[in-house]
Amino acid sequence: MAKLRRQFNSTVFLLIIFFFNSVLRPALALVEGGEGLEEEFTEELLLKPLPDRKVLAHFHFQSSAPPSVANGRHHRLFPKAIAQLARKFQIRELELSFTQGRWNYERWGGFDPMSASNAKPPGVELWAAFDLPLNEIDHTWKNLTHALSGLFCASINFLESSTAYSAPSWGFHSNSSKLRYGALPREAVCTENLTPWLKLLPCRDKTGIALLLNRPSIYRSHYHSQRLRLISSEFTGIILEQALTVVLQPSMRSNSPASSGYGFLQPSWSINSLFGKEVVGQCVLAKTSRIFFELEKDLAFKVDKLQPLSSWNNSAFELSGIPNSNIRELNAVKNLGSSVLYVFEVSNSNDHIPLDVGIRWKIPLVWSCPRAPFHMNRYLMGSGNERGSIAISLRSTHLHEQFSKASDGCAVHAVIFQVVPWYVKVYYHTLHIFVDGKTQIISDVVRKMKISPSEDKLSPGSMELLLRFPCNIQSAALTLDFDKGFLHIDEYPPDANQGFDIPSALVTFPDFNCSRSYQLDDSIHYMSTLLSKFQEENPVQTYTEVLLVPLTTPDFSMPYNVITFTCTVLALYFGSMLNVLRRRAGEEERLERSKASEKPGLIPLLLSKLSSKLKIKGKAPESSPSLSASSSILGPKLLTKVMLVGLLAVIWNYYLKNG
Amino acid sequence: MSKLQKVSSIYEFLLVSILKPKDQYHLLYPNHLWSALWILLHSFMPSKTSGVKFSLHREIARLIGKHMEDVGAEVYYHKFKYRNLQFHPLCFFSSIPRTAVPQNSSACTLNGVSPVGIIRAPRGDGKESIVLVTPYNSENIKLNEALSLGLAYSVFSLLSRVVWLAKDIVWLAADSRYGEYTSVASWLKDYHNPTFSSDSGKIGIEMCFEKTENHVEEQSSFDGAAYDDFKRAGTMSAALVVKVMDKERSERDRVDIYAEASNGQMPNLDLINIVHYLAVHRQGLHVRVGTFGFLLNSALLKHVGKTLQRLTRLAESLNLGWKLGVNSADFVEGTATLASSMYYQALGVPTGPHGAFRDFQIDAITMELSPRTSLTNDNGISSFLLRSGRLIEGVIRSVNNLLEKFHQSFFLYFLTAPNKFVSVGVYMIAFALLVAPLPIVAAALFSSTANARSLTTISNNKPTNSKPVTRSGSWNWLHSAKLVFLVHLWALIVSLLPYFVSQIPHTNSTTSMLSWSLSSLLILYLLTRLTKSYVEGYQWEVLKSVMIAAASIGLSLMSIINFSTAQVGSILLVPMCLMVRPLKQPIQVPIFPAALLKILNILLAVVAFPPASLAILKGCLRGFESINIGDFWEWSEFLWVWNSATYLFVALVHLPCWYLCVHILLHN
Repeated sequence: MAKLRRQFNSTVFLLIIFFFNSVLRPALALVEGGEGLEEEFTEELLLKPLPDRKVLAHFHFQSSAPPSVANGRHHRLFPKAIAQLARKFQIRELELSFTQGRWNYERWGGFDPMSASNAKPPGVELWAAFDLPLNEIDHTWKNLTHALSGLFCASINFLESSTAYSAPSWGFHSNSSKLRYGALPREAVCTENLTPWLKLLPCRDKTGIALLLNRPSIYRSHYHSQRLRLISSEFTGIILEQALTVVLQPSMRSNSPASSGYGFLQPSWSINSLFGKEVVGQCVLAKTSRIFFELEKDLAFKVDKLQPLSSWNNSAFELSGIPNSNIRELNAVKNLGSSVLYVFEVSNSNDHIPLDVGIRWKIPLVWSCPRAPFHMNRYLMGSGNERGSIAISLRSTHLHEQFSKASDGCAVHAVIFQVVPWYVKVYYHTLHIFVDGKTQIISDVVRKMKISPSEDKLSPGSMELLLRFPCNIQSAALTLDFDKGFLHIDEYPPDANQGFDIPSALVTFPDFNCSRSYQLDDSIHYMSTLLSKFQEENPVQTYTEVLLVPLTTPDFSMPYNVITFTCTVLALYFGSMLNVLRRRAGEEERLERSKASEKPGLIPLLLSKLSSKLKIKGKAPESSPSLSASSSILGPKLLTKVMLVGLLAVIWNYYLKNG
Repeated sequence: MSKLQKVSSIYEFLLVSILKPKDQYHLLYPNHLWSALWILLHSFMPSKTSGVKFSLHREIARLIGKHMEDVGAEVYYHKFKYRNLQFHPLCFFSSIPRTAVPQNSSACTLNGVSPVGIIRAPRGDGKESIVLVTPYNSENIKLNEALSLGLAYSVFSLLSRVVWLAKDIVWLAADSRYGEYTSVASWLKDYHNPTFSSDSGKIGIEMCFEKTENHVEEQSSFDGAAYDDFKRAGTMSAALVVKVMDKERSERDRVDIYAEASNGQMPNLDLINIVHYLAVHRQGLHVRVGTFGFLLNSALLKHVGKTLQRLTRLAESLNLGWKLGVNSADFVEGTATLASSMYYQALGVPTGPHGAFRDFQIDAITMELSPRTSLTNDNGISSFLLRSGRLIEGVIRSVNNLLEKFHQSFFLYFLTAPNKFVSVGVYMIAFALLVAPLPIVAAALFSSTANARSLTTISNNKPTNSKPVTRSGSWNWLHSAKLVFLVHLWALIVSLLPYFVSQIPHTNSTTSMLSWSLSSLLILYLLTRLTKSYVEGYQWEVLKSVMIAAASIGLSLMSIINFSTAQVGSILLVPMCLMVRPLKQPIQVPIFPAALLKILNILLAVVAFPPASLAILKGCLRGFESINIGDFWEWSEFLWVWNSATYLFVALVHLPCWYLCVHILLHN
């Protein structure tokens, strides 16, 4: 009995163990996964052919770390430098972008998630929101710029000065008083900025999608923007989003048949032809690793017309490699078509089967990108070194007609955010607004306005405007007059004669939302960070051009001239002064007298002897050939003699040479 | 048609050769040939195309625009209305006021249309741009203009594919129906000072172009309004005006550089240096700047040159270290070039469309390229176009590579050869030496008269030969100053009179001139009548000193505005001012110098009268039979139309000074 009992006990025990093993462990794991306690890393690449025969490649890497309490200071995947940064400066949100080239809103799209979040102004742009009391923010910002400057090998520390950054309240981002914004339009972007950026990735650029980041091909691109975005909170932990957007010009094969105008066949390309490398397996630390191939809405619509677009090999084009799946955009407006995404899983590839996504066009196609509701331009007016005007012009692209049926009450809103350095002294009262060529009363158009005028050598001027236009406008323009200030000589940069930059203005259209929704399988949706990024509701944004204001520059060699002249004058002054001071009248007279009593010099003596010999002997030589005698020696007679001899020498020399 | 074929083959060659041999994609751009063919077709066979609705100039503009677009440039059409340049009395130094131009429905025909293409630098930030201008007459396009368009197009299409571009390239094909300067100036004005309020009545460019079926596809991708939108490309760092000319033949392909802008402004010398260096040392072109041809044959100059040559040879033989190297031929040519450079700077009228850029402080020059062979000669022209294209590319590349704009202070200079110049530091001395005697003489005269007066007052009540001095002492000069002021007032009125004279309808230059002179005489008479009592009682010495003081102030002011005008003007003005004395006044010198002085005085008084000096100059250059009364009117009209400060100098400084000199001469 006892034995039986013991048996039963052991089976119960085993059962219990089994139960724990089989039921609780997965449950615990589920809890872990659900709370996001694991650090995660995903890598994705989006490729998109652009209407002007270029290719967009968008690399998206995302690392996330759970709230720090769980792991302490240690991380498995997440870059420690960033985690420390976020913790030390109490950053809630931060975005840093290095950009070279301009995003072409007309041809590359201005109304899609890509342009809204990845089109950045040239140079460096940095903004950060802090989770700190208001009085500590400026100090923290300065420290942050220095830290980032060291981290990314860039002169971000120039944003430290209070003349370089501003504190937008609602014009730049969702309203927050704890946000600081700064831009350095002149910052040159190069591989020294990319390398530290790549170091933040767990696999660096050794494997996975980042392997494609071949420096020569990236920096040959027409547009190149390297972005880092940090979101940190106590609940979600830190999320680091790294994106690199490049617009490449695929090399055109000579075998493509020549035809005229818009009949051009789009260039065929593949990852290998664009980057010179292929994807050979994913980064082993990455949770997901995918390549998307996107067809623009308009393009998909045109292909659909030819042949219902379902296959990757149709009459218009052929993809190299078989996509694992394809996703269609859900679109409310049916007749406009919807964009298509082909998904390639990198995990399927290895050294022997590299993944080389590409496209081969079969027929020439022309399509257009979705454009922003207004085409923005900013430019300088006037000439001369005294004053000028900044003009911002908006030209409607008639987008609203597609969205809202025109009615009288229909209105479009636009938020303009512009920071102007202090030496461009903008007179904000000179704001003029023209709508369709007619001057408007400011209060009719401007809904909301926040202006902080610049203070000399202290803070830049910033302007936030919320404008309201009727839907049916064709064009609008804003002008602001400014005076050009004078800088102190040591405030000029080394290349002052190029002019001074006014950073890009940002125009946001809060009425237009550029989010996209996709027909997704739950599994893909759950795992793709890029697509979830696309589904975020962001307003349409447009950055305007950077402006170059020529200011009066002094002649920098002037100090040298001044120093030379001053030194000469001083030398003359002191020389004569010392001469006068050192001279003693009595002493000199005594010297003179002693000189007179002394014997005359050798030559006058000889001459006098000679003359005395020539003269009649009867006369006795004078006892003292006085100074008058020596002066007669230097008289006009001698001069004429010397000149005669000189002239003879000249003539002799001349004839000698001729002979 | 053989001519057309020839030209097409030229273009083919040009295209193949300008592009690098490795570049295999030139075949993708066969449209290029079309451009030339199309344009030439219209230019040579206007009868065939002069339909009722067909408008040649618009078609050409559209065609150029289409080609710009095909190379991937952003295109728009700049419309401008021809505005006749008029005399704006108070707008000499300011730009033309912003006025909205009323446009009616037929605006398309009245307007000039210039297509503009912009290549955005692939990796640039769009802050700066380089402008390329090719003027063409859209109504009567000539072969040379077609060639310059083709040349610019070749360079443009090359630049659209290069990777080194850091600044945007703007190509303005300026419609020069109403003059090259007008179209460029109006484009620049719209670029820098656009008007927003007149947009309402604007005619879209698509209304001006007849739409054809094959363009429908294009229109779908770019809306028509985009062509109207004035696109900009940042601050302009330099501009090049390129023209192919069919000039007289020389042994080498030639580049003529024109640099003078309005009121003696010059582009930075470095720009000229770049063009010269690249043209001579890289492309083997012959570079020339403006020269007075008649001076080249001057016997006097040749003689001076030979003397100088001998002297320098002597000097060199004395010291072998001296390398003066004055060559007689070089001297003559240098002098002729210097004279032309001074003349065009002093005239203050731009020598080409580049002048419009300088008004906005942009360095610009005009390059006139002329081949050694005829334009229809196949072989000669192809190598010429190749070299010219390379030259333009080289200049653009040089400017492109500059980080800062031209800023070294080489803006004040005279050219003596394309690669030689006289700096301001040198020629300023001559002017200073000319002007320096004026204040000294004025002071000397004044103090001597003051002394004489004090002497006469001491010697008490002796009858003096001057007017009786009513008021005492040092304020005596006020009487003279009143007269000087009055004369200057008269001169001011005279300078404004042409505005009213030009309002009179149906006049030719002779009647205008006559009415101008008559009215000014009348005003002078009235002024002297009215103010006779105020201007009594002055001594001629005091009058002369005040006049000299006024003249020196005028010259100094003018030297700031336009140095060359002041320099040229002072050559005439200074001797006249210094020498003048009453003819009836006896001088205590021997009879011969006294007579010489009188003769010189009279001569100067005649020569320095502006219309007379113009007539003499013209007579010397073109023979005396060509002189006309209206010449001076035409000349001054020319000056004020171009807002030249020389007009102000002649009217406000020279004329009153001349009148006062005559006044002193006739003083008794």
